[in-house]
Amino acid sequence: MNITEKHVDAVIVGSGWTGMIMAKELTEAGLKVVILERGPARDTYPDGAYPKTMDELAFIQRSRLFQDMSKDTVTIRHGVDDVAVPYRQIGAFKPGTGLGGAGLHWSGQHWRVFPEELQLRSHYEQKYGKSFIPPDMTIADWGVSYDELEPHFTFAEQVFGTAGHAYRVNNQIVGNGDGNIFEANRSAPYPMPAQKNPYSAEIFWKACAENGLHPFSQPSANTSGPYTNPYGCQMGPCTFCGFCSGYACFNYSKASPNVNILPALRLSPNFELRTDANVQKINLDSTGKRATGVTYVDSQGNTHIQPGDLVIAGTFAYNNAHLLLVSGIGQPYDPKTGQGVVGKNLVYQTMATIQAFFEPGKFTNPFIGAGGNSVTVDDYNGDNFDHGPAGFVGGAPVWCNQAGTKPISGIPVPEGSPKWGSGWKKAVTDSYVNTVSFDIHGTNMAYRQCYLSLDPTYTDSHGQPLLRFTFDWQNNDIKMSRWIAGKMIPVAQSMNPKSIKVLAKNFGDHFDTRPYQTTHLAGGTMMGTDPKQSVVNRYLQSWDVSNLFVVGSGVFPQGLGYNPTGTVVALAYWSAKAIRNQYLKNPGALVSA
Amino acid sequence: MNKSLLLIILAIAPIRAFAQPDPNPALVQQGKYLAQAGDCTACHTTIGGQPFAGGLAIASPIGAIYSSNITPDQTTGIGSWSYDDFARLMRRGITKQGYTVYPAMPFPSYSRITDADMHALYAYFMLGVAPVNLANKKPDITWPLSIRWPMHVWRWFFAPGAHPFQAAAGQDAQRARGEYLVEGLGHCGACHTPRDITLQEESLTGANPSFLSGGGAIDGWIPVDLRSDDTTGLGRWSEQDIVTFLKTGSNDKTAAFGGMGPVTHDSTQYLSDADLAAIAAYLKSLPGADGAHFVYDNSETTALNSGDESKQGAAVYLATCDVCHNANGEGYRQAFPALAGNPVVLADDPTSVINIILAGARRPITQTSPSALVMPTLAWKLNDQQVADVATFIRTSWGNNAPPVTPDQVASLRKTAKPVPDHELSP
Repeated sequence: MNITEKHVDAVIVGSGWTGMIMAKELTEAGLKVVILERGPARDTYPDGAYPKTMDELAFIQRSRLFQDMSKDTVTIRHGVDDVAVPYRQIGAFKPGTGLGGAGLHWSGQHWRVFPEELQLRSHYEQKYGKSFIPPDMTIADWGVSYDELEPHFTFAEQVFGTAGHAYRVNNQIVGNGDGNIFEANRSAPYPMPAQKNPYSAEIFWKACAENGLHPFSQPSANTSGPYTNPYGCQMGPCTFCGFCSGYACFNYSKASPNVNILPALRLSPNFELRTDANVQKINLDSTGKRATGVTYVDSQGNTHIQPGDLVIAGTFAYNNAHLLLVSGIGQPYDPKTGQGVVGKNLVYQTMATIQAFFEPGKFTNPFIGAGGNSVTVDDYNGDNFDHGPAGFVGGAPVWCNQAGTKPISGIPVPEGSPKWGSGWKKAVTDSYVNTVSFDIHGTNMAYRQCYLSLDPTYTDSHGQPLLRFTFDWQNNDIKMSRWIAGKMIPVAQSMNPKSIKVLAKNFGDHFDTRPYQTTHLAGGTMMGTDPKQSVVNRYLQSWDVSNLFVVGSGVFPQGLGYNPTGTVVALAYWSAKAIRNQYLKNPGALVSA
Repeated sequence: MNKSLLLIILAIAPIRAFAQPDPNPALVQQGKYLAQAGDCTACHTTIGGQPFAGGLAIASPIGAIYSSNITPDQTTGIGSWSYDDFARLMRRGITKQGYTVYPAMPFPSYSRITDADMHALYAYFMLGVAPVNLANKKPDITWPLSIRWPMHVWRWFFAPGAHPFQAAAGQDAQRARGEYLVEGLGHCGACHTPRDITLQEESLTGANPSFLSGGGAIDGWIPVDLRSDDTTGLGRWSEQDIVTFLKTGSNDKTAAFGGMGPVTHDSTQYLSDADLAAIAAYLKSLPGADGAHFVYDNSETTALNSGDESKQGAAVYLATCDVCHNANGEGYRQAFPALAGNPVVLADDPTSVINIILAGARRPITQTSPSALVMPTLAWKLNDQQVADVATFIRTSWGNNAPPVTPDQVASLRKTAKPVPDHELSP
């Protein structure tokens, strides 16, 4: 059955952080807004009800909150000449679905961005020379500056109840200087004091300081006390239960669209939320230059046309690229010619881990933890060190993020331990509470040969072609990861463990979709200043369809060392401001092509 | 407009005005405010139903009765009622048709409404509410209990008759305003004052020490003592605590649950700051009678923090309650209520404590506090002995000193405890 819905001012696709922020901002501006969410309704209760949410088997292994890969997934191949196959079982990354999207089951690491990363290509060209950047590396400037985003980073921290220790506020060093010395200037401190450090993070702090590095407490959206945000939404303090990433927080402690925005949004008579509304495409008028709304399918299989003056694509990371490709908006990227933009610059995160094993009796108690909580060093992140002699582009924050080690996902054991049987059991018994583990959360640069396109073979349960990843590790990023790991081994050694294990990629390693790495995919709908080189302008407005805004990590031209959410939400507020202050007064292109 | 037609209307107008409400928009708006203060919607609007069209089932000891349609519909509502009909029902419980309504309608309290306010309410219900054609439902009460005439006798014995509020000479104006709102429109005593065997409230004014001293259980919840008793009442609440609670549905000490959730959502959140302050001033003027004094004692906090679970119920508390309510029993201000010194916990009757452990609760949504934080149901997790143990633990720790809870009390409430529903949006 085909149903035509009542016209609204703005149709928002997706109810994660970006969709919910846009809905809040646009209803405040007086617009009638509908959010279309493909998955079911979800909330702290019952989805995160204590103590049932603390169930690793149900939530992680059986994907309670993740996308159902039997209905819709992506295909993946390593190179342009390979045949892609579907990602049938969740492993490397965990796409969400349902109300709140991945914002309900993220871990809560809430970072800003380094100013130079927003001008990455011009910064490197200027400082290290044009030839420093490998020829196949398609990194670009974002078209927006840190100073422009700063007020939105600040406001988002207040919405999220972010706990942290500021270093520099209004160009004055604050507190006792224990914040991150590399952090850019801020207009306000964090709204909540930093969380406490678990024992393993304290050990890491001490070892980093001994090695001349600059440890600090990470900004965490697992809040450190009872908090009421500017919308009047309430949070409870984090209890370090260790069930953050992959779970709905039972204690209202982890910021989520459901906890921090939706309660206030629901008070607006201009707002409507429809769950189980799976958007198939953005509809265009006969000129192809204007969106008329979207088409979606409900849980009964009925097709709905939702007309609207403004369309916001706020789906998860790469899904915005899929939505544009199936809607025929923008020129699809072709890696052979380098022409086209939609799907270009698919990026991820390059992970390495160092584990230090101690004799029994250390008691680091890894069962406690918080997803957003860590002690971090940024000495090898951004351009905080000289890349010239290092010879690569990018960097990594390094953190001891004790997030709660669960029994099924695997317990670290020393190098050479048996993989099964009584020998493995003994290694687990000896290691579980006697390990300190820290991560090198590296950047992944953009390359000509890593991109998104529509799969020629596989379709989803609605008959749409699946999105195809063409992606593999590149030498620059492996070099970065191994170089930083080399710098961090002495830190592990100065903890005086009985043994150390380094888990880093080797040159020639391929992307393995099985072990979990991060869910920080980005690119595919990159922002920029040139319509021939980007999908959206600096306000996240489509160059091709001016009443379409595309919001989310898809707009990143390349990966960050930090987790993406902080930058994603700051960009959403930045885009919303442009819509409210400029677009609504004079609808049309905000930047002339 | 045709001039002669205008003349005719002008000629009729004075006659019509006798029976018709005053169409002054400010008066209608004032009536709307008073209807919110009186929480008319609580009984006269069903969930998802048309405003004031009635039909809500209200349990009574002799069977369910249904609230009536009070929209200005001419046939099924009160559209044909004159002001006098309206005022007689509001103050004396007698309908236009001449029968006496069941005292679920708090006309003994509404008897205090002033003439000016009654006119505003009438103007609102006639002009500010959309008429809905929906016939009233007959009560589910079987003969002979369905006979109405005994209600006349009840009214004659127990209802006070019309006596609009007048402040006593020399009374503080703010306290007088609070007294009027609490005893009159707010009809707080309907739940918070004990009722006699014949169902009338033991008292209708603050002069009597039983007034607002705590009511009998309604749907598993005990309306608390609102007098200044130190342990079981509002003795340790400031006037600002009361204002914040009524405005937002919670305060630094506790949060609304049970029947009080809808009251804050539908009624008290809309009251002006001045009226809320007046209510607070009046409630704080009602003396308590318990003679006790709550003193916080940290010995249980110290025991829990050092892993000492030896006290009966301590292990259940640590595994189930501690995450939100904290080892010190003080919860977290605004987010999770304190259990130490909480009048709900300290009440002699443990019904609310048992019921909230079994059923859970959802905070009301208000304009100033939109987060409907939920305490999850624990009936599936804890058996009768565990609930009794942890309820007793809560009632006897941190300086709390209330009688212990038995598994039999839990078993009895388990039969009626309704788990907090999933995904419900408003209270």
